[in-house]
Amino acid sequence: MKYNHLLLCLAAAIALPAILVTPSCKPQNPVSAVEGDAAQKVYVAPGKYDEFYNIVSGGFNGQVAVYGIPSGRLLRIVPVFSQFPENGWGFSEETKPMLNTSHGFVPWDDAHHIALSTTNGEHDGRWAFVNGNNTPRIARISLSTFRTEEIIEIPNSSGNHSSPFLTENTEYAVAGTRFSYPMDDDDSNPDVDISTYKQNFKGTVSFIGIDKETGRMGVSFQVLLTGVNFDLSRGGRGPSKDWFFFSCYNTEQANTLLEVNASQKDKDFIMALNWKKCEEYVKAGKGKKSKVTYAHNVYDEKTHSATSTMEHETIVLDPKELKDIVYFMPCPKSPHGCDVDPTGEYICGSGKLAAIIPVFSFSKIQKAIADKSFEGEFDGIPVLKYDAVLHGEVKKPGLGPLHTEFDGKGFAYTSFFVSSEIVKWNIEKLEVVDRVPTYYSIGHLSVPGGPTRKPHGKYVIAYNKITKDRYLPTGPELTQSAQLYDISGDKMKLLLDFPTTGEPHYAEAIPASLVTPKSVKFFKIEENNHPYVAKGEKEAKVFREGNKVHVNMTSIRSHFTPDNIEGVKMGDEVYFHVTNLEQDWDVPHGFAVKGANNAEILIMPGETCTLKWVPDRVGVFPIYCTDFCSALHQEMQGYVRVSPRGSNTPLSFSTGNKAEPTGGAK
Amino acid sequence: MFRKTPLLVAILMLAFIACTSKKEAEDAAKKSPTPSEAAAPQPEVHGTEVKAIELTNPLNKEWVSAGKVNYELKCLACHKLSNEKLVGPGWAGVTKRREPLWIMNMITNVDMMLEKDPEAQKMLEECLVRMPNQNISQEDARKLIEFMRSNDGEK
Repeated sequence: MKYNHLLLCLAAAIALPAILVTPSCKPQNPVSAVEGDAAQKVYVAPGKYDEFYNIVSGGFNGQVAVYGIPSGRLLRIVPVFSQFPENGWGFSEETKPMLNTSHGFVPWDDAHHIALSTTNGEHDGRWAFVNGNNTPRIARISLSTFRTEEIIEIPNSSGNHSSPFLTENTEYAVAGTRFSYPMDDDDSNPDVDISTYKQNFKGTVSFIGIDKETGRMGVSFQVLLTGVNFDLSRGGRGPSKDWFFFSCYNTEQANTLLEVNASQKDKDFIMALNWKKCEEYVKAGKGKKSKVTYAHNVYDEKTHSATSTMEHETIVLDPKELKDIVYFMPCPKSPHGCDVDPTGEYICGSGKLAAIIPVFSFSKIQKAIADKSFEGEFDGIPVLKYDAVLHGEVKKPGLGPLHTEFDGKGFAYTSFFVSSEIVKWNIEKLEVVDRVPTYYSIGHLSVPGGPTRKPHGKYVIAYNKITKDRYLPTGPELTQSAQLYDISGDKMKLLLDFPTTGEPHYAEAIPASLVTPKSVKFFKIEENNHPYVAKGEKEAKVFREGNKVHVNMTSIRSHFTPDNIEGVKMGDEVYFHVTNLEQDWDVPHGFAVKGANNAEILIMPGETCTLKWVPDRVGVFPIYCTDFCSALHQEMQGYVRVSPRGSNTPLSFSTGNKAEPTGGAK
Repeated sequence: MFRKTPLLVAILMLAFIACTSKKEAEDAAKKSPTPSEAAAPQPEVHGTEVKAIELTNPLNKEWVSAGKVNYELKCLACHKLSNEKLVGPGWAGVTKRREPLWIMNMITNVDMMLEKDPEAQKMLEECLVRMPNQNISQEDARKLIEFMRSNDGEK
């Protein structure tokens, strides 16, 4: 039966020469076929650059991946919340503090959403932010080094999903609790009966302040809310720039079988929050100090090292007392996406279980608030009348709407998980103008600059949840994938499937011209302030502090100094602090030692990285470079001699010294 | 002969299609930014040819010591001050063997030298490791030459 179907498809493909490729034998309409010029549109010739960077969160892999668009080529994996043995992230002594939390070392997370920094609501190419959903965290990645520079844990939170979306000038990144939990004063999570959800469980949304110059983050204030699930959010822009919008589901406040119990009501909420007013209340001292514990981890580019500091205070605002900061708007049904259009006037809710897309009007919201058009209260918060705030509904757009992005030409693009398609619609007229299938079950989608005031347009990229039959099978676990569509014309056209690492959750795309010129090529060795740097081979040394042996070593094509080390004893901890003396682009060196229980490390030019090694047996162990660096890379090696505990082998080190051991203790 | 015609036509057509798409692809490629267009990198001091340098006596002592600092940071890993070859040749006598301008360009413009200069290419054949671009400015390279002259006994 299946085979016959395939034959039919093949026959159809031969019969219709215009259709050059039939991507699948699923029911399809003509636009699902790739058109003849698709290959040229995604072809980036050897040695040429892509037009956009696509910064994609990796979902369960806890990382961020960078792809070129339109080619879909993978350019880089940026480790964020997850350890990465390939380059030592989270294993090296310098980066271990980055993964510290109030729960201790948490070397993984569930990385959901990307937010690229903006100035006046437009991409400025400075930072990418990404949230950790599991152990609530927000990370900031530098777009000049493509490294994670900072990770802040969110106190009074659980399940940081509606995050790390930004205000228009990157004043704040937000964090909202997906999992409400029993929260009483001072961040304790008391031991209560789970069925007391309605009485005891609370949610918060947090505003993480971002320093204009350095990007440094800090928890500025938190708003204490009733126990529902805060799902997604977007900052306003233009006229709505002082506001933030959050979708809320489980307003049923169920604590079990949410699949059924959180789908009872016809309408849940989108919450409108005036952050500017919150700021004023904080300044006026209306917030309450809450004693909390959260980790704040910062990576310093000059010391090439991270520090982790425990912070102990936040300011909490209570909207039951401060009446004019939070309003609920009814939104059908279990809303997921909550996306603001480039003008800042329209807020598109996507009720996962609704057969419409409601579009709210910011000016109507303002009027409804002024007129007190409330239909009631939900846990002390005013609920605005649906009709008073609604711009209109897109009728029967598809099944399972999730997220919406914009092209800046008056059109919105909404992903539909259940009906597996992207639907293009006119925001003003609320009319569907085009639809294309995705393969399969699209989650988020991204238009370059789609969540900014000035979308760059040109493409929409689908991030799919299922690939099924699209790629060569690789056992039960298949590749994840994204799909690129051309949106430059009236009709969307499928151009390319490309596989992704991890689950491609959400992404933003930014023109290369905003990022490439700022790309760092190497770290200046003169500016290296690492405490164990060896600035030149003259400074290389080995010294002992109790049972700790420090090796301040250098690497350059193609040798280590020192490369012969003796006098290490069982019971010692050896710290290899490797400084890469190169000052040219693309000349990293690797460092590895036999039997290391952690990882290898990659050291960029001008950088110092430290690998800790605890020998587990007596003998002579090789060290070597793991990144092919020159014609004599295979010669880039050395030995460490480990003697028995209590032996009297003196500590010595050398390079290129055939007879006499040099050096000694510090 | 006649039988072969359709095949020939098909081949010609294919060739035509191939040519067209190749040209269009090239056009498209031209539009995407090339590395040199897109990159306006952090201060890149490497790669400008030095045309002339001036040597004066007595040596500039400040330059000699500044040159020594940079030597120890960026050069010593591969070059000894004796005539012993390490990764690269020892520096003893280098200012007698080579024109100062040649040394300047090896330091500040090694990629050009390895591409064009037969003497530099000969060194690569001997050493087999490309001399790294250590991003040394012309000013700092001049000070290194003063240090080399001092190492060769000039006053």
